[in-house]
Amino acid sequence: MIEIDALSKEYSGQRVVDRVSFNVAEGEIAVVVGTSGSGKTTLLRMINRLIEPTAGTVRIEGEDIGAIPAHLLRRRIGYVIQGHGLFPHRTVAQNVGTVPALLGWDRARIDRRTDELLVLFQLDPAEFRDRLPGELSGGQQQRVGVARALAAEPKLLLMDEPFGALDPIIRAKAQSDLVAIQKRFGTTIVLVTHDMEEAIQLGTRIAVMEQGRLQQYAPPAEIIAGPANPVVAELIGGDRPFRLLALGRVRDLVEPGPAAGEPVAADASLREAYAECLWSGREVLPVIDADGRSLGRIRRDDIAHRAEKPQ
Amino acid sequence: MRAGVAIRLVVLALLIAFVASPQTFAFVFQPLTRNGQPAIYLQNGLLNLTLSHLAIVAVATVASTLVAVGLAIAVTRPFGAEFLPLSRTLANVGQTFPPVAVLALAVPLLGFGTAPTLVALFLYGLLPIFENALTGLTTLPPAVTEAARGVGMTEGQRLVGVDLPLATPVILAGIRLSVVISIATATIGSTVAASTLGEVILAGLLSSNLAFVAQGGLVVAVIAVLIYDGLSALERLLAHRTGQGAR
Amino acid sequence: MSAVVAAAPRRIAVDKLGVFIAGLAVIAACLPLVAFRANRIVPGEGLSLLAALPGWQAALLALTLAAGIGLALLRTPVPVRLAASLVVLAALWLAAGAAASHLTPADDKLARVSPGSGFWLLLLAFALLAADGIARLRLGPWPRIAVLLAVASALALLLASGLWRDLSILREYSTRAESFWREAATHVVLAFGSLAAATLAGIPIGIACHRKRALRTAVLNVLNAVQTIPSIALFGLLIAPLAWVAANVPGAALLGISGIGAAPAMVALVAYSLLPVVANTVVGLAGVPAATDEAARGMGMTDWQRLTAVQLPLAFPVILAGIRIVLVQNIGLATIAALIGGGGFGVFVFQGIGQTAMDLVLLGAAPTVALAFAAAVVLDAIIELSAIREPGRD
Ligand SMILES: Nc1ncnc2c1ncn2[C@@H]1O[C@H](COP(=O)(O)OP(=O)(O)O)[C@@H](O)[C@H]1O
Ligand SMILES: [Mg+2]
Repeated sequence: MIEIDALSKEYSGQRVVDRVSFNVAEGEIAVVVGTSGSGKTTLLRMINRLIEPTAGTVRIEGEDIGAIPAHLLRRRIGYVIQGHGLFPHRTVAQNVGTVPALLGWDRARIDRRTDELLVLFQLDPAEFRDRLPGELSGGQQQRVGVARALAAEPKLLLMDEPFGALDPIIRAKAQSDLVAIQKRFGTTIVLVTHDMEEAIQLGTRIAVMEQGRLQQYAPPAEIIAGPANPVVAELIGGDRPFRLLALGRVRDLVEPGPAAGEPVAADASLREAYAECLWSGREVLPVIDADGRSLGRIRRDDIAHRAEKPQ
Repeated sequence: MRAGVAIRLVVLALLIAFVASPQTFAFVFQPLTRNGQPAIYLQNGLLNLTLSHLAIVAVATVASTLVAVGLAIAVTRPFGAEFLPLSRTLANVGQTFPPVAVLALAVPLLGFGTAPTLVALFLYGLLPIFENALTGLTTLPPAVTEAARGVGMTEGQRLVGVDLPLATPVILAGIRLSVVISIATATIGSTVAASTLGEVILAGLLSSNLAFVAQGGLVVAVIAVLIYDGLSALERLLAHRTGQGAR
Repeated sequence: MSAVVAAAPRRIAVDKLGVFIAGLAVIAACLPLVAFRANRIVPGEGLSLLAALPGWQAALLALTLAAGIGLALLRTPVPVRLAASLVVLAALWLAAGAAASHLTPADDKLARVSPGSGFWLLLLAFALLAADGIARLRLGPWPRIAVLLAVASALALLLASGLWRDLSILREYSTRAESFWREAATHVVLAFGSLAAATLAGIPIGIACHRKRALRTAVLNVLNAVQTIPSIALFGLLIAPLAWVAANVPGAALLGISGIGAAPAMVALVAYSLLPVVANTVVGLAGVPAATDEAARGMGMTDWQRLTAVQLPLAFPVILAGIRIVLVQNIGLATIAALIGGGGFGVFVFQGIGQTAMDLVLLGAAPTVALAFAAAVVLDAIIELSAIREPGRD
């Protein structure tokens, strides 16, 4: 889907992005993570040509983006930024319909698409379509921002710290909504964050940036298990076992057999299950599926074993 | 709020009534006269002077607005960026020139009459509008301009669809300042024979007729306050419409 | 490839603003440099650069102009452009005086030589170049004041040297030197006196408004309306009440209060000045960080201590900005006082308009503009110096 090849950006002789290369396959969520100032935003903005690279190329579906007029390229790519950047003088519906309008869709089609997206993001169209962004809560503004980026059904979505301005509870909700929508449309996403927790939770692959260089590009489990260098290890931090557990699901370790007490859901993370074991002082927990049917049990030792350093 | 609107409407009605038929109100100004002076200025007609005063201000303001906003757009685009620092300085320095000086210095170029007043109003009116347009166009919220580029708007679409609408309340504030200054300068314009309400005040000063001074001063003052007030309300409405009520 | 680039001569780059200035200057050079009139009222005869100056001086000025235009046109370093513009401006000023001396017949008291349209346009063109240079250099507050002082001293020197003796504006001055200085004093008293009164009254009003919300809305609305009223109307409207006070309040007339003259002008100027002072005091106090104020309260400062030790010092730069607005505005508005017999430089402006003697208008307008401009430069510098750096930022 995207091939980034030896991409560099210099500002007054200093390389803020330094020969970065990686590919993102269709339908993946690639999360670019790194400390502040490591060049993440610059890298992302070179993909929709808000910044022109000093050297290197980006190809989208095999096509060199340098050959496409920048504004036409951008209409094909969804873009979400921190602080949402909604047009304060346009209604929610007009904001969401921005790119379709630029592409010359007819009125009825734009309206249909706008309403569809608002429903998808749990914003009742009748109530919200004619409001101004200033009349929404932070979480609602953020959802409208994502809806606007998805309006013209882009195959690629770029997101720069999209959840940075949200408080923890709303953020968790927004993150799971994003995953659900990504599954539904199959959109390829490149997301920038400085939060490793978020990267591990959302990414199918993680690109770790430091001082403009790509340090490692791998699936989350691989990054946690085998950080390529001390810089990556430091970014992951000390609670690696728990990060590993957060990646696993209860259903992966279910075994037949009885257990007493409050059950855990098969979809819960191993981390949550382990916490429940510790808190309730149980060695085994009963496991149920989404419909409440019993699937068997999960053992605390098995979970703990999963958190050991991989050999 | 209601009471405020009612008061403004009453004042406006009184103003129109007085300008249309000043003789009816002669009794109000009679006490200010001495030795049988006339209480009401009748030469040229108050109505004519008022309309001419307003027309001069309107023409000059429209011209200043078009030119000033055009210039502000030009110096905030890449091709005009070289002129930005200078234009800021000029707008700043220009406003230290007293309007009277601009008026007096336009006379040698254009002779007496309405022309020098129009030119002075136009030139001086440029400054606040230009300064505000510049402020409006250079202090747009960065996330919004970034988003406008990110969704794939062309430069022209951004200017018309995002930059100008968002800058409009600030530009309007500049126009309001400019109008207030223009109303005042047009009044002084009668010293160079422009046909404005200043004529009534000057006639009063020259013949020591306080009635003339008071009626000319009152009409001009009421017009200025009402227009300022109306433009402020329009500005608040627009700021609200463009979702910037709190900005 | 790179060898070819290195061998090619460096391209000569043209400056966009320079093109504009050069165009203006070339047009100006074709217009009359000075105007000669047999007396102060009759229409003048425009004289070109060559006709206005003796041969070698004309050649020197033409050369200087050509060099200035060339430097403006090319993309030269900013200090060079600034220096060039200042040299050309100085040459123009000297040339105006020289032309006047050259053209005026000996012992002719009536003949008038004044700068022509070409002179003014050239002045504008190179003043633009100088302004651009100063803007691009981003001079700090002290250097800006230094430049102002240098220009002021140069002007004073030029005036004292007698080189401008035969220039029309100085002929107007020489016949009314005494009244010039009297009106100058009146002008300064009107502008600065009203500023002082408005500051003394406005800051306490602003503090009161800051504390009482209801008061704030009412006071600011009234002051806003006052500020909207055209000056001549306000001056006029004050005549009747003050005349009544003078006639009916014992002792008022002795204090100099009367319907016309300086009193209504002063009252009106103070009224105009209140809005910027009060509004900026309110804004400045509202801008004091809540945490700072809270900390001061937490340390046990009384209201008065908080006001004098924390709030006012922090609000000071904003209040100063209000004072700058007032001073520049009042220096301009004081010219209108002449219409109601209040004196000031406006006397010459309006006399000049009345007699269609533009030299006389200039005699009033030029010092007013210079005074307002100098006040703006000095106060801007003070505001910049007084701005407190916020912790954690640079
Ligand atoms: N326009 C620019 N000019 C000069 N330096 C820049 C510019 N934009 C970003 N930088 C520098 O590049 C580095 C990377 O910036 P950025 O990509 O925004 O980092 P991140 O998004 O990872 O925080 C920073 O050190 C920043 O100061
Ligand atoms: Mg960033």
